Amino acid sequence: MDNLNSLIGGFGDILSPLNLLYALIGVTVGTAVGVLPGIGPAMTVALLLPITYGLDPIQGMILFAGIFYGGMYGGSTTSILLNTPGESSSVVTAIEGNKMAKAGRAAQALATSAIGSFIAGTIGTLGIVFLMPQVVKFAISLGAPEYFAIMLLTFTGVTAVLGASRIRGLAALALGLTIGVVGIDSVTGQQRLTGGIPQLADGIDVVVVAVGIFAVGEGLWVAAHLRRKAGEVIPVGRPWMGKSDWKRSWKPWLRGTALGFPFGALPAGGAEIPTLLSYTAEKKLTKHPEEFGRGAIEGVAGPEAANNASAAGTLVPLLALGLPTNATAAIMLAALQGWGLEPGPLLLTKEPALVWGLIASLFVGNTMLLLLNLPLAPAWAKLLQIPRPYLYAGILFFASMGAYAVNSQPFDLWLLLALGLLGFAMRRFGLPVLPLIVGVILGPLAERKGRQSLQLTGGDINGLLGGPVAWVCYALIVIALGWPLVSGLLRRRRGDSNGGGGDDGDGPDGHLIDPMAQMGRGGNAPGGGF
Amino acid sequence: MTHPTTAASAEVSGGAKDRAQYGLCAALGLLGAYVLFDASRIGAAASSNDPIGPKAVPVLLGIALIVLAAFYAVDVFRGGQGEAEEGEDVDLGTSSDWRTIGLLIVAFGINAVLIEPLGWVISGALLFWGASFALGNRHHVRGLAIGVTLSLVTFYAFAVGLGVNLPAGILQGIL
Repeated sequence: MDNLNSLIGGFGDILSPLNLLYALIGVTVGTAVGVLPGIGPAMTVALLLPITYGLDPIQGMILFAGIFYGGMYGGSTTSILLNTPGESSSVVTAIEGNKMAKAGRAAQALATSAIGSFIAGTIGTLGIVFLMPQVVKFAISLGAPEYFAIMLLTFTGVTAVLGASRIRGLAALALGLTIGVVGIDSVTGQQRLTGGIPQLADGIDVVVVAVGIFAVGEGLWVAAHLRRKAGEVIPVGRPWMGKSDWKRSWKPWLRGTALGFPFGALPAGGAEIPTLLSYTAEKKLTKHPEEFGRGAIEGVAGPEAANNASAAGTLVPLLALGLPTNATAAIMLAALQGWGLEPGPLLLTKEPALVWGLIASLFVGNTMLLLLNLPLAPAWAKLLQIPRPYLYAGILFFASMGAYAVNSQPFDLWLLLALGLLGFAMRRFGLPVLPLIVGVILGPLAERKGRQSLQLTGGDINGLLGGPVAWVCYALIVIALGWPLVSGLLRRRRGDSNGGGGDDGDGPDGHLIDPMAQMGRGGNAPGGGF
Repeated sequence: MTHPTTAASAEVSGGAKDRAQYGLCAALGLLGAYVLFDASRIGAAASSNDPIGPKAVPVLLGIALIVLAAFYAVDVFRGGQGEAEEGEDVDLGTSSDWRTIGLLIVAFGINAVLIEPLGWVISGALLFWGASFALGNRHHVRGLAIGVTLSLVTFYAFAVGLGVNLPAGILQGIL
């Protein structure tokens, strides 16, 4: 009950007409930007984060919470109406959502996704209220070696488990870690990788990295391959649902929430797995299996709820441990640091008012979103028809504005361009973006914790082993990295016993598995080394 | 980063190996070498407080980058391919349009140079107009009008309203 009282206190701190206005602005701007094709929730929050810098922390948080939910909902609108998932987490929503829209049920698809998001967001945020203090209690007992191990587990999770190719994931992670090293070493004051450029001494700001890789990289990539004919937008009226739609939606909402929140709360969870699980579950449980693949409302309601609940879940490790597990949370960490807050177990005891204020802001933003979006959906849909030259010029415009606003130095704009070209190359070569962002953010933190751990043992490597929590993390890392190796061996053995015929069939498959399996071995060095 | 000129043609043809990937491997390897070189210049600052010092991580990272570049090259040699990112506005059937990219970089650079002397309202409007021109917009007046509107709105809403740092430049006092 203590938690609820604190939460009510949080509401008391934030509920004022001016703050509600900030929430409204945040939701509006967040949805407007998030709905633009090619802009996912992470890019939305990265682009718009700088507009919160001039405000005090409470108002900044309220504005940001609105942007966060607006960006999430905007992303699903685009997936449904245009079949362009801005982020991997809304891929599943697009499957049935776009089919529904094509079948003339866009209004119902948008409604079930809006209401489902609201319910999942509300339950998920309540989940934070109850779970986060528990995690904090547990986290206070963790020492530097345990943190170090958890961070390595997060690195492994975002590179080896989620991506399609481990070598490409690890390359992206290494690039991110390299960017994270740039600047003055916090312990000894030595310059590293600055090349003597004074503006690099403070390191490269995460917002500049995120905006460069996401927004400028995307803009350049699309510019190089611009489809001269814009995609067809499905016209939509005001979202509404009939009685049978409600009946078919409420269970998937709750099941999706139940799947999404725990996955989001894990140090290496993410939204991809729960949204896919939710889709599979709804497909199995539905009374209308014939509609799946042709626009089943359950296939929108479930994954969309799972996506939002997982987003709420990621705030637990973010606030309690200071660990971001997806790109949006990574930007949020940068936001919190921008307001002078250091997420981690001490945050809740040091700044309880701000933490509960943030959680209350999430409730406010979520509610505001529902009130705003049901009537305004047709207007948002019109944004999808912006001529592409203006759309991508606008993205570059806002990217430059945001990057400049971080430090007020033109140098950051050149940096932004360089990072944009890197983002372009990553898209060209299929390198995943998330490991890079997580590497930039967690790399310096992991280094600090690793050095602290070794300080206790005077440099002896055993200092990294720590206690049982660290052991569990290392065991999970070994399993995650070693599994493809084992399964590759098993497959090869099976292929051998099948004889010549089996070899032919396995040939291309084995080709793909082989380098990956080797990475399992080679990957231990970079994965376990720092 | 090394920029391949073969661009998207390789992944479209499917069967052919995407050789431009070797360029990326080389870039990763070179970056690793540079990280090691940079680390070698860091003075030995280890103390009892910090037995590891600032050198260990860059050294490990440099080695990791070189090892990764080697494994990456092996993967490419065996036919491994990254999937170029798709999207509704992306047409991978065409090769990369370097002219557009070049023009965008110019528009971007002009903004970076002019933002402090002329101010955001002017440089931002030029950026929007230039970028939309690069992307194929031929309604110059409309493009410029939208650019000016956007930069004025963002300046008043964000710089004046929300306290974001955007320079007023030569329009200081007028805006």
